[in-house]
Amino acid sequence: MPLFDEKKKKELGDILKELENDVTIVYFTQEFECNTCKDTKSLLKEIAGLSDKINLDIYDFQKDSEKTKEYGIDKIPAIAILDSKNFDPGIRFYGIPAGYEINSFIKNLLEVSGKREALPENIKKRIDSIKKDIHIQVFVTLVCPYCPSAVMTAHRLALESDKIKADMVESSTFTHLALKYSVTGVPKIIINEKHDLVGAQPIDKFLDVIEKI
Amino acid sequence: MPLELNLNLASFTEKHRAVPLQPNTIYDVLILGGGPAALAAAVYCMRKGVKTGLISKDIGGQVIETAGIENYIGYKYIEGRELVDKFRDQVKQFEIGYSEGLKATSITSDNIKKVYLEDGNFYQVKALVIATGKSSRKLNVPGEKKLTGKGVAYCAICDAPLFAGKRVAVVGGGNSGIEAAIDLAKVAEYVTLIQFRDKLTGDKVLIDRLDIFNNVTILLEHEVLEINGTEKVESIVVKDRKSDEKKQIDAQGVFIEIGLIPNTDFVKGIVELNQYGEIKVDCACRTNVPGIFAAGDVTSVPFKQIVIAAGEGAKAALSACDYVLKV
Repeated sequence: MPLFDEKKKKELGDILKELENDVTIVYFTQEFECNTCKDTKSLLKEIAGLSDKINLDIYDFQKDSEKTKEYGIDKIPAIAILDSKNFDPGIRFYGIPAGYEINSFIKNLLEVSGKREALPENIKKRIDSIKKDIHIQVFVTLVCPYCPSAVMTAHRLALESDKIKADMVESSTFTHLALKYSVTGVPKIIINEKHDLVGAQPIDKFLDVIEKI
Repeated sequence: MPLELNLNLASFTEKHRAVPLQPNTIYDVLILGGGPAALAAAVYCMRKGVKTGLISKDIGGQVIETAGIENYIGYKYIEGRELVDKFRDQVKQFEIGYSEGLKATSITSDNIKKVYLEDGNFYQVKALVIATGKSSRKLNVPGEKKLTGKGVAYCAICDAPLFAGKRVAVVGGGNSGIEAAIDLAKVAEYVTLIQFRDKLTGDKVLIDRLDIFNNVTILLEHEVLEINGTEKVESIVVKDRKSDEKKQIDAQGVFIEIGLIPNTDFVKGIVELNQYGEIKVDCACRTNVPGIFAAGDVTSVPFKQIVIAAGEGAKAALSACDYVLKV
C-alpha cells in the first residue's frame, strides 16, 4: 500500500521541485529487516520516486560491510544524504524519518541540494573557527513537534563544517541509546558524548557548547 | 498501523521575508512573545505599516503543545503545530524585524523604551506589546529542579513514548493532567494520577476517556512532597491530605500539569500586575505605563483561549499603532 495519497504526493512533489542539484539518499537495512526498516525503505522509495534529482542507494548493513564502514554506520535503519558530487557532509538519520521528522528530512534534502538560506555572518564565522571533531546526536520521538527544529539545526551545522557530524536518533527505535544517555525528555542533544542540551535550542546555544569543548 | 507523516507544507512553500532585528534602529512597535497574541499583533502592525519587530524565545506558545484544537474559528479540527505554522508563515511573509531563541530579561519605561535580551543586547522602541504568555507552573518540591529532564517532564505528548512499559505519575487533575494521563496510559505500564482537590476538575469527555484504561490509579486529595532519584527519577512521596499518611510511589517519570504562571518576571516593578502576577490592562490593552500594551494569557483578561489571545493581540497592536502616531 502506498504511503502517500495523491494529495500528499503532489504536495511533496511540489516541495521537491525546489531541489537545486542532485542528492543521493544512502540507506542501510538488512536482509531480515528490522522492525521499522521495511517502512523506512518504502518511505524512501516513495520520496525518491517524486523527483528525478533524488537517487536512492540501498545497502545491506551486514553484507555491504565496506559501505557500512565507509559511512560509519553502527545501527539500522540508517540514512545518509550525499550532495551532487557524492560528498558526505555527515548528516545521519537513525530511525525512520516519519511523524514530525518528515519535515527535517525533506528540509535536509533541499539543503544538501544547495537550497538553503544564508546564515548570519557572525554564526558563519563561529562555525568556521571550529577546529575539533564534533559529533552531535539529537534524540527525538516522532510525536514531538519541537524536535525537527533541533535536528535541522544540528544537521545544518554538519553541512556547514567538515568538523561536525550530526545524527538524528529516534528514541523508541534505539531504546538502549536513549537509556545510555538518560533521555527522558526530547529533543535531547548530546555533543561529543559528554555534553548535553535539552530542548529545541537555537544555533548559537549549540555553538556555545561546542566552543567550550 | 499506518505511518504517520506530519508534513508542514507551509514551511516549505511560503516565502519568508523576515529580517534580523537591528540594534541601532528605533522601532515603532516591538512585540514580545511568540504565541497567538504576539503573532496576531505582528500581522496587524505590519499591515499598518509601522516599523515592527518581534522578539520571542520560541514560536507557538502553549498552542504548539496542544494536540487537537476544535474551537479556533475557521477550523473544525486542527493540530496545534499546524496552526502555529500558519501563524508563523503569516507573520514572516512581512519584512518584520525578527528574533527567535532569546528571552527578554528587562525593559525600561522611558519614552524611547529599551528591551534587554539574555545575550546582553538591547533594542529601542516607542511602543511595546507584551504577549509573553504563561509557562508551566512548577511544583516547587525537593528534587523537581534537579531531575527536570531526567524524568520530571512538562510535555506529555513529546515524551510519552520514552516511558513505554514504565511506571509514571501525573500531577494535576485538570484537563491537561487528564490528557497527559491518557497519552501515557496508552504506552506506560502504570499511571498514577495525583490530584490535590477532592475531584478531577477536567471536562467530562476527558474523564470518560481516561476511565477506559485499567492501568490508571487516581489519588484524590493527595499532594506531592518530594521527587526522589539520584541520576533519574525513581519514586515520589505523596501525602494523603485527609489522613496525613505519607507513602512512596515507584515512578520513572513525573509529568507536572498543575496549571500555568504568567511570564512577567522581567516587567515586575515596571508595569502593574494583579494578584496572580498577570499584567493589568484596560479594554484597549493599555497597561499603567504609556506606550506599553499587553495581550493574551499574560494579561488579566479573563478566559485563556487561543481565539481570545489572537483577538487581544490585534487590539493591542492597533492601540500601539495609535499611540505611535500620536507621540
